[in-house]
Amino acid sequence: MDWSALSVSLRLAALTCLFLLPVGIWAGRALATARFRGKGLCEALIALPLVLPPTVLGFYLLQQFGRDAPLGSVWATLTGGGLNFTFSGILLASLIANLPFAIQPIQRAFEHVPANLREAAWCSGLSPWQTLWRIELPLVWPGILSAAALTFAHTLGEFGVILMVGGAIDGETRTLAIAIYDRVQAFDEQGAARMSALLLFVSLTTLGLVYGLAGKRRWARG
Amino acid sequence: MRTLLLAFFMLFSTPALAGAQPPIIAAASDLQFALTEAAERFKAQTGAGVRLNFGSSGNFRRQIAQGAPFELYLSADEAYVFALHQEGHTLDEGTIYAIGRLAWLQRSQRGDLPDEAAPLAGVEQAIAASANGTRERIALANPEHAPYGVAAQQALSYASLWEPVAPLRVLGENVSQAAQFALADDARGGLVAYSLALAPALAQRSEYVLIPEEWHAPLRQRMVLTRQAGDVAKAFYAWLQEDEALAILKQYGFSTE
Repeated sequence: MDWSALSVSLRLAALTCLFLLPVGIWAGRALATARFRGKGLCEALIALPLVLPPTVLGFYLLQQFGRDAPLGSVWATLTGGGLNFTFSGILLASLIANLPFAIQPIQRAFEHVPANLREAAWCSGLSPWQTLWRIELPLVWPGILSAAALTFAHTLGEFGVILMVGGAIDGETRTLAIAIYDRVQAFDEQGAARMSALLLFVSLTTLGLVYGLAGKRRWARG
Repeated sequence: MRTLLLAFFMLFSTPALAGAQPPIIAAASDLQFALTEAAERFKAQTGAGVRLNFGSSGNFRRQIAQGAPFELYLSADEAYVFALHQEGHTLDEGTIYAIGRLAWLQRSQRGDLPDEAAPLAGVEQAIAASANGTRERIALANPEHAPYGVAAQQALSYASLWEPVAPLRVLGENVSQAAQFALADDARGGLVAYSLALAPALAQRSEYVLIPEEWHAPLRQRMVLTRQAGDVAKAFYAWLQEDEALAILKQYGFSTE
């Protein structure tokens, strides 16, 4: 078992969730309730990482992250370091690649909150913030949970983008999925099999837990 | 919820980069086994570990130019080292650590092993068989960025087989992957690094025959310290030029002179 790869994967997945969930709640709610010009384009852009080959996304990010590129140079002036082949770089790439996984389930959940419920809450004197905290979030909770689980599990398994941007550096950007690829190249099929089984187990447990919880909730509500 | 939060914080409060991390080394994948063994021996002697990254030399050359944090680069093609030196990414021009050899590799019981006089007989048979509708792949590393792929292309061209074998070629991202493909069920075999053919993990399930050195340009493998090299990387670089390291390289089929 490649513990350093496991640790990189877990940190990456947890941080991606931590940063993306607030974004997902904000964007998901905005997209579910607001109507504005260019909403379709916004949704298309968010969904893009779902269909774009990871190598294409990775290629663009690799270029954008370079020290001469706009994004890379801003980062370099702020932090003094580069983005390519660093943990910060793969984290940023992972945040972009996971946008649809974090936003879409939350948006769907918000779309099922009736508009008149929100209006009723306002009429009863609740502020928009209180409405969000006390009425809406409890209702969309299963959506947030699925977003978290999908983002977490997807980050654990992400390969192409991370390999392009990260370069598979041990202890820094080599994730479990890449370590499995490396083990196969080293003709260490047992090592690859052990890590693959772990990834399968963690992914299935994460998803099973969430669908189980969401199902129970639906059942409890009748 | 509280345990979940606690787990979250523990995850972030133990950064992987605590303290001095062993230096990261980029190495051509033909060194997959030889360098792993050398690094273990180095660690046993000095107590200092290194982190090995294996891949195609061309990809590492690009990554180093783009600022990847490698401290030592062991290329399978010295041209990449010279290019990096000219661009100012390395301390000097480095040094040759080995001369590589190309070998025809096929899995055991795949049929007759070609003899040294005609080491590419398997390729010719595969081309002949494809005329009858059976497709047996021939594996090699990608010549665009893998030195052993270039050597394989040269050897096939030398034997006038490069064009005829085109529909059967399967390209590995690096020579280690090419070896994997060479041993796959639907492959006849492949042209890979001799050092991989000698590795215990492969030797049990494969056979090989050497390709004459005159059939391709010499695989002069050069290593170099990058501008980021620290003390451990420098020590390892020096150690790799000592007798014990040379013996390991020799054992994996490299000539070291």
